[in-house]
Amino acid sequence: MTMIQALRSAMDVMLERDPDVVIYGQDVGYFGGVFRCTEGLQARYGKHRVFDAPISEGGIVGSAIGMAAYGLRPVVEVQFADYFYPASDQIVSEAARLRYRSAGDFTAPITIRMPCGGGIYGGQTHSQSPEALFTHVCGLRTVMPSNPYDAKGLLIASIENDDPVIFLEPKRLYNGPFDGHHERPVVPWSQHALGEVPEGHYSVPLDSAALFLPGAAVTVLTYGTMVYVSEAAAAETGIDAEIIDLRCLWPLDLDSIVTSVKKTGRCVIVHEATRTSGFGAELAALVQEHCFYHLEAPIERVTGWDTPYPHALEWAYFPGPARVAAALRRATEN
Amino acid sequence: MDLDPSAPPLRLHVPEPTGRPGHATDFSYLHLSPAGAVRRPAIDVTPASTADLAFTLVRVLDDEGQAVGPWAPPEDLPLLRRGLRAMMKTRAFDARMLIAQRQKKISFYMQCLGEEAIACAHALAIAPGDMCFPTYRQQGLLLARDDVAMAEMICQLMSNPRDPMKGRQLPVMYSYQRAGFFSISGNLATQTIQAVGWAMASAIKGDTRIASAWIGDGATAESDFHTALTFAHVYRAPVILNVVNNQWAISTFQAIAGGESTTFAARGVGSGIASLRVDGNDFLAVLAASRWAAERARANLGPTLIEWLTYRGGAHSTADDPSRYRPADDWQHYPLGDPITRLKQHLVQQGAWSDDEHRQVQAELDAEVAAALKEAEQYGGTLIDGHVPPLETMFEGVYKDMPAHLVEQLRQAGKEA
Repeated sequence: MTMIQALRSAMDVMLERDPDVVIYGQDVGYFGGVFRCTEGLQARYGKHRVFDAPISEGGIVGSAIGMAAYGLRPVVEVQFADYFYPASDQIVSEAARLRYRSAGDFTAPITIRMPCGGGIYGGQTHSQSPEALFTHVCGLRTVMPSNPYDAKGLLIASIENDDPVIFLEPKRLYNGPFDGHHERPVVPWSQHALGEVPEGHYSVPLDSAALFLPGAAVTVLTYGTMVYVSEAAAAETGIDAEIIDLRCLWPLDLDSIVTSVKKTGRCVIVHEATRTSGFGAELAALVQEHCFYHLEAPIERVTGWDTPYPHALEWAYFPGPARVAAALRRATEN
Repeated sequence: MDLDPSAPPLRLHVPEPTGRPGHATDFSYLHLSPAGAVRRPAIDVTPASTADLAFTLVRVLDDEGQAVGPWAPPEDLPLLRRGLRAMMKTRAFDARMLIAQRQKKISFYMQCLGEEAIACAHALAIAPGDMCFPTYRQQGLLLARDDVAMAEMICQLMSNPRDPMKGRQLPVMYSYQRAGFFSISGNLATQTIQAVGWAMASAIKGDTRIASAWIGDGATAESDFHTALTFAHVYRAPVILNVVNNQWAISTFQAIAGGESTTFAARGVGSGIASLRVDGNDFLAVLAASRWAAERARANLGPTLIEWLTYRGGAHSTADDPSRYRPADDWQHYPLGDPITRLKQHLVQQGAWSDDEHRQVQAELDAEVAAALKEAEQYGGTLIDGHVPPLETMFEGVYKDMPAHLVEQLRQAGKEA
């Protein structure tokens, strides 16, 4: 399966299993989504379960919170992560806090799917990686898969989870893995091991990281598209990097991180999002706090620049394999 | 086209209330209709044809206290007696809690003085199982129905160990799912679209329960109000959208919210929602309009927006001093009067109430509130004597299960405390 098919399969499975699951968002119903992620679901489950919504992110998320308060389990879509901002108040002030402020009287078991990330010439408002805006919010879970198998398993786990989940989908990975070598043809998921996805129900636990590539020289903490970029950088430098795909950004799998960094003594953090106050800063702080006496080099961060995402300078902005390779070398030099 | 050099300069319009401290308000902007004058359409009315109702005012009780016109509900004196008691109870509760705040037993309070009819009559018009999404000024929804113990509400106000919200929320931010009262948020207007979502869920599941959304005049300017109208209209959600126009958003007159030369009910019509503008200080009108809207929603005929015209008789909150921005005696001159006085007058005329009974009920209610306050203090103490929920409750309930980072922070907090 492609990641698109895997995500669709997860929603199909959950619509089938749980009559309280409903799916809606802009262009999600009849048309099947601008990325085809919900194709065929309305025809199969009916307009009461899968439907189109007005162009109102605040309305989509706000109504989903109300549905959740009733007892449903809404899975809603924001067409691009770049467009979640109008829903900020509902996400931060309401979904994330409902359980806490009502002492469990009401809860918000909702999943908000958002295609994110760059590398597609999406320009300023089709490329952003706003994960740090969610990981900072207490009460939210933030998840980002990097392959079809995880995408399905994590989405099922997110829908089944009783906490609100921000489910970020790197659109650059929808059809195949991408290592940042934009000059080369893209390999489809059908030719990748992680494109093997079971048909039925399974889940990947939230707050679990994946050891993507074992290594001994340096730990790379990353997620989404940057997993493949890091893999390419490791291969091209010949550095024996251990790549950890965080998968679940917050709450996260601290044990896997600490175990790896204590082993390698070095750490490179890679994300597409802008640097300052990005999620990498939290990762660096955690590593510093938990692995200080094991560190043999400064923690490196390879990230997007502190600029809006540009159109023409896509590949100068996108943290590609050359930039990650340079960081791997810096981190392992001494 | 060239600009005309003789054209007058453009001027920014900033609305002002007619009344300011030391200067009386001219209430003619309210455009009142006489009691009984406004028609009562069938519940399957088309939204567009309610346009006239959005610019007039549904009223039942006339100046003599007679119930007149097509909106007069069927005579039900026991229910009206219950309604009067509910309003008196709400006012007695507010009055005592204001004192408790001044005594520092509670940190903060918000009264609904003058607005008691709206929540109390509405509570008696909807059904058990319906869900209200209130603001912080609908305590009457809880106090009218007698299904939540007053002492428990006061424990919330005191943030003491018996507070059902575990001291996490400011006073008055109640949550009572069992009483159809959604968790109150400090963020304005968010609950309106949530109410629509709840109503959509009820429709998705083929339920018969409806939702009731609440918002003030000032908060209608928030984007979630617009969102709520759009979604309610698009999905024909079984929801009542209540706009309580008490003329004031803290210090800001309703004209600054967009009320000048128009009404908030008119927003509903513009969105394709059947809309009413109703005398919010007329218990019978509130009862009748609420029933009409509830019946409409329950019959799958869609949402209704109701603008309740009332006046915020008290300060915005215990942290507010209205004498700094409006006439001190403004409420006394408000043409729609006091909802308790008006229903009392009606019941006295019907021979169903008397001054003696009024005094007696007032004394009973004052005693009930005082007893509840005492009970709450005995249960859990107050903020002033340091009775707060235990430390671990601060970390619980952020997520369903406490994640590792919060387990660690609880450990740290315990060590450092």
